[in-house]
Amino acid sequence: MEKMPRWADVVLIPLISLILAAAISAVVILAIGEDPVAAVRLMVDGALGSTYGWGYTLYYATNFMFTGLAVAVAFHARLFNIGGEGQAMLGGLGVALVALYVPWPHWSFALIFAVAGAALFGAVWAAVPAYLQARRGSHIVITTIMFNFIAAAVLNYVLVNLLRPAGSMDPASARFPEAVHLPTLHEMLAPFGIAFSKAAPANVSLLVALLACLLVWLLIWRTRLGYEIRAYGHSETGALYAGISPFKITMIAMIISGALAGMMAINNVMGEAERLVLNATEGAGFIGIAVALMGRSHPFGVFLAAILFGFLYQGGAELALWTSIPRELIVVIQALVILFTGALDNMVRMPLEALFLRLRKRRA
Amino acid sequence: MTLMTKLLGAAAGLALSAGAALAEPALIFDLGGKFDKSFNEAAHNGAQRWADETGGTYREIELQSEAQREQALRRFAEAGANPVITMGFAMADPLSAVAPDYPDTKFVAIDVTWLDAPNIRQIGFAEHEGSYLVGMMAAMASESDTVGFIGGMDIPLIRHFGCGYAQGVKAVNPDATIVANMTGTTPSAWNDPVKGSELTKSQISQGADVIYAAAGGTGVGVLQTAADEGILSIGVDSNQNHLHPGKVLTSMLKRVDVAVYDAMKAGEAVETGVFVLGLAEEGVGYALDENNASLVSAEMQAMVDEARAKIISGELEVAAYYTNDSCPALDF
Repeated sequence: MEKMPRWADVVLIPLISLILAAAISAVVILAIGEDPVAAVRLMVDGALGSTYGWGYTLYYATNFMFTGLAVAVAFHARLFNIGGEGQAMLGGLGVALVALYVPWPHWSFALIFAVAGAALFGAVWAAVPAYLQARRGSHIVITTIMFNFIAAAVLNYVLVNLLRPAGSMDPASARFPEAVHLPTLHEMLAPFGIAFSKAAPANVSLLVALLACLLVWLLIWRTRLGYEIRAYGHSETGALYAGISPFKITMIAMIISGALAGMMAINNVMGEAERLVLNATEGAGFIGIAVALMGRSHPFGVFLAAILFGFLYQGGAELALWTSIPRELIVVIQALVILFTGALDNMVRMPLEALFLRLRKRRA
Repeated sequence: MTLMTKLLGAAAGLALSAGAALAEPALIFDLGGKFDKSFNEAAHNGAQRWADETGGTYREIELQSEAQREQALRRFAEAGANPVITMGFAMADPLSAVAPDYPDTKFVAIDVTWLDAPNIRQIGFAEHEGSYLVGMMAAMASESDTVGFIGGMDIPLIRHFGCGYAQGVKAVNPDATIVANMTGTTPSAWNDPVKGSELTKSQISQGADVIYAAAGGTGVGVLQTAADEGILSIGVDSNQNHLHPGKVLTSMLKRVDVAVYDAMKAGEAVETGVFVLGLAEEGVGYALDENNASLVSAEMQAMVDEARAKIISGELEVAAYYTNDSCPALDF
């Protein structure tokens, strides 16, 4: 029997955690002499109050959906993939090669192959630690995080020495040709008469991310492979007894995970920057961990958590633009949310469980 | 409905004219943050000097992510800020996309020289010339004939610094050994004093007794460890001599502060075009003050000043790494 109803697990705990994080953030903002109410209003208004704000919020959310799903899939097999950052970096390289060196007739073809390129590069980057874990027992937490640094070094080398156009000091690839420009929400919604902000970077990859959420849900809960992944995650020995190969599941779960992380690049590299820059992923791979934790590794939870973090990013940017709240404090607010929803989960969960148990006893 | 739109229109018009009347300058710091003791802080100092002298105010933002580059440019331009000053080469691409959309706004791009737009003032610095001079001083001050260079990230700009430095060293002592290291491959490389300190110790163990840091906030660790271990260091961008008096040989000055100050002073009338500030324009140079006076001998100063004069007159040419992506004095 469950200790508490499912709605409490899915809705109540994240909500209480968020309120706690917000309360402490408010205290911190007060402590540096700013008005927390005005700050929250500015964040909400800046991130959700206009199509411009939504455009940025959804852009960040798209990144976090991909990396959040990546971590979630690996979580189901009880593998802790913290290499999303590196896998997304390599995914960017895949996208850049596809976009730069093939003359595409239309963006839709380019998108399909860019997705494939990004997924392939990300998957390969995740497959190496997966193999080392499955065959050699090297702990995947250690290897994936080390692969992040290797990915950064690879990208640095490739950009500075190979992809940089002659004469440019900026370690970045050339701008992608006009033909691979992905339509932004502005361009997609204009035919329907909806005026969406032109400046915002949210683009068609948002739909790809939503599709990925749906496919991951189908995979985990509606396929035999998904069942095997979950079974392996719950008990390795039980799975082994049922004839599930640990090697196969480790490899497959990590390859799917890496592919999802790599696919983030179609949003930030192809959709937004339209060129590959050194610092393209800027921590989205790590935010994915918080997103997956908060979303309880469920694609719909990941979707909601990604929107929340998109809001925090865009709202934080507005704070930085229009107030004197230093950017370090914005990081503090984001960190508090991660701390309460991720690391301090049990602090809220345990009293709540006790409360629900007591309520049930009284009713019985 | 029409009344509402009219009202809104009037409000928007008011807001626009108010923005135009104010025309505050805006300053966009790069990811390193404004208190990096180096590149961005120099810009902050220049802006602050303008604010103190004129009583004016300016808007500013410290970028946190790549996507914010274009966002901040557009937001400041739309809010009527003029001129909008940007820091660092990474703003070049966003600028080339944004600047044409706001033809009435002037942009000032520090460390960018290769764009083609009528409303951008592009300011580059001849870092190789300044680095050449401090390289000469390093070679003269070194007793082990081994000097060090610690860069932030392995990118063309930092190779450009290192290349000028190496040429200066070789000009004084062709047999000198130059130990060069880069701090890292992620953005944290610009703000990692601990790693800077470790690299310094490693270079000391290889015999280096003067180390030049061109690594943003990482350099703070380099200067600290060099002072602790009793060797000399060379600061960068801002005058860092005062951080460890008597232990910092000199600093390679890159007068970002002057460039920012001048742009703010000129305001909306700032002249656009491409400007490269070298030794002649005093855009770069070496720092000499009471903190390092005891370290720089008269002979040393005479030699460096002679080289400086020769570079300005064109008699001596320091090879720039950018010209053909290679360096005659140092391999990367």
